Amino acid sequence: MNYSPWSQERAVALLATLREERGAVLMALQLMQREFGYVDKACVELIAQLLNKSRADVHGVLTFYHDLRTTPPAQHEISICVAEACQAVGARDLEREVKTKFPQEMRVSYCFGNCALGPAVMVDGKLIGRANLEKIEKARQ
Amino acid sequence: MRVFIPGDSAAISVGADEVAAALAELLPDIQIVRNGSRGALWLETLVEVETPAGRIAYGPVNPKDVQSLVDADFIHGGEHPLSLGKSDEIAWLASQSRVTFARVGIIDPLSLDDYRAHGGLIGLHKALMLEKISIIDEVAESGLRGRGGAGFPAGIKWRAVAQTISEEKYICCNADEGDSGTFADRMLIEGDPFTLIEGMTIAAIAVGATKGIVYIRSEYPYAISMLQKAIDIARESDWLGSRVLGTTNSFDIQIRVGAGSYVCGEETAMLESIEGKRGVVRSKPPFPAIEGLFGQPTVINNVLTLSTVPMIMAQGADVYKALGVGRSLGTQVFQLAGNIARGGIVECAFGISLDELVNTYGGGTLNGRPVRAVQIGGPLGAYFSTAQFDTSMDYESLIAAGGMLGHGGIVVFDDTVDLAVQAKFAMEFCAIESCGKCTPCRIGSTRGAETIDLIIKGVRVDENKRLLLDLCEVMTDGSLCAMGGLTPLPVKSAMINFPADFNGART
Repeated sequence: MNYSPWSQERAVALLATLREERGAVLMALQLMQREFGYVDKACVELIAQLLNKSRADVHGVLTFYHDLRTTPPAQHEISICVAEACQAVGARDLEREVKTKFPQEMRVSYCFGNCALGPAVMVDGKLIGRANLEKIEKARQ
Repeated sequence: MRVFIPGDSAAISVGADEVAAALAELLPDIQIVRNGSRGALWLETLVEVETPAGRIAYGPVNPKDVQSLVDADFIHGGEHPLSLGKSDEIAWLASQSRVTFARVGIIDPLSLDDYRAHGGLIGLHKALMLEKISIIDEVAESGLRGRGGAGFPAGIKWRAVAQTISEEKYICCNADEGDSGTFADRMLIEGDPFTLIEGMTIAAIAVGATKGIVYIRSEYPYAISMLQKAIDIARESDWLGSRVLGTTNSFDIQIRVGAGSYVCGEETAMLESIEGKRGVVRSKPPFPAIEGLFGQPTVINNVLTLSTVPMIMAQGADVYKALGVGRSLGTQVFQLAGNIARGGIVECAFGISLDELVNTYGGGTLNGRPVRAVQIGGPLGAYFSTAQFDTSMDYESLIAAGGMLGHGGIVVFDDTVDLAVQAKFAMEFCAIESCGKCTPCRIGSTRGAETIDLIIKGVRVDENKRLLLDLCEVMTDGSLCAMGGLTPLPVKSAMINFPADFNGART
């Protein structure tokens, strides 16, 4: 995935677009992660100031949602569904294989809505059905 | 000459983009339409060609098959080993009663002309000529119930919002389809997004709302992008905006994207999340119809509920309620998932049996092993055994059988499944996804997973089973919302229907 290197100036400029948005804390955090790949610790203060919230409010939102992370991601992001429908077609075995092979890149997820063609895996934003290690390796090239 | 290759993300996940690219290279002059999926996901990539005799289907097509399809002159309906004949005559599809999904897979999802040609906007035009109260009466009369899982009558909810006086009202569409085994919301948005927009517009006019929000989960990037394009088109064509289709009504829709939290599918947690806060559930009352988003009266409906409204307005409540059984009127979009040979969307009238869905439509398991268990209604739904396969699939019968319909997802497991492990997962999932507001859910889920682990290891099995049932009772009765309140459903149903799996250590 291509992300911009962290830049406070860039962050401030992007966040300014949300000034008029109602209830924008989560959107602001998502915007930061979309741009930089993660939410830099400096963002909490920036967002709190911009949206007139306490830092505790922003920190609370940042730590509630599974999607949001505070450290830069690995070069590739492999998200493997381990919810029931994918478990029924071997997602747990695939999870172990992928974890052994790409420990830095893998995270688990709960459902991509591809439950009739599982196991479902998302590699760098691309959905893969009937996934196996070979397909995952091909997708991350 | 048009060739249809689904742009649905499930089809893309098994190579639809590569099939489309290969075909475009071989036949650069043909027009390729990226339609939604017809829902026979086991046939994806399903390629269709328009011929004078109707659409002819081929599938499942892999990128490597494209050359031979072209060689077989498939664009004129030529014979090929993957030929499925006329699309409309594929029995798996033809035997369904498609209402909500009537256009999905048929039309170009982003063509307003296609949408209109297939009955789109008739419902909205009709609604614009009616008194607001008559719109609500029609929806109430149809018997349409909330398809998100709770099954609350849509007309009653709308009436409450309409009767609450406020300058500012909202229509919130819940597209946080987090249940494993469900994908109908996603497929509808990717395959026929204008239907959802039309349903939301009708709801807005009926209750006097001017703002709509669709809360979609971040796991659905394809659906988010498709819906945004459809909203932009609707704005450009003066459908959404300050003068809805040339009337004095004002309505616009914004997308808000979730951030990987399951509990945000609970309606009040969703409102908190849309307000940018932690997705912590609210106590009810006040109900969202009175005090919802930003404290204002809010209609919250699932994607399928709202997307069914245009048809009800266009064809009338009587046509809709002629389908179904008892108090479960109309159709349900069932989703066949997990270890299943022919998975996908089966939309049919309520009252079909579980056996028909799993075996007749689904064809049993994908790997050919015997079916042992099915989970109905997502991670909070019950596990059924094959002894219960004559259960009628409607709201009331499923409750009577100790389960719930939920969002209509059916996950099939073969005979290698260990139901104690599944029960433990239900508790673990609750522990991961609990918002943390109430104690039974926050702590009970962790204690539950630990207790099931002891049962699996054979530690004081009978004592721990009693303890587990007691804990389930506390969670059921003491939790604030369905997350903690229904997690005992998969656990207890597994214990009741598969007692052998809870008899101690594995051998």
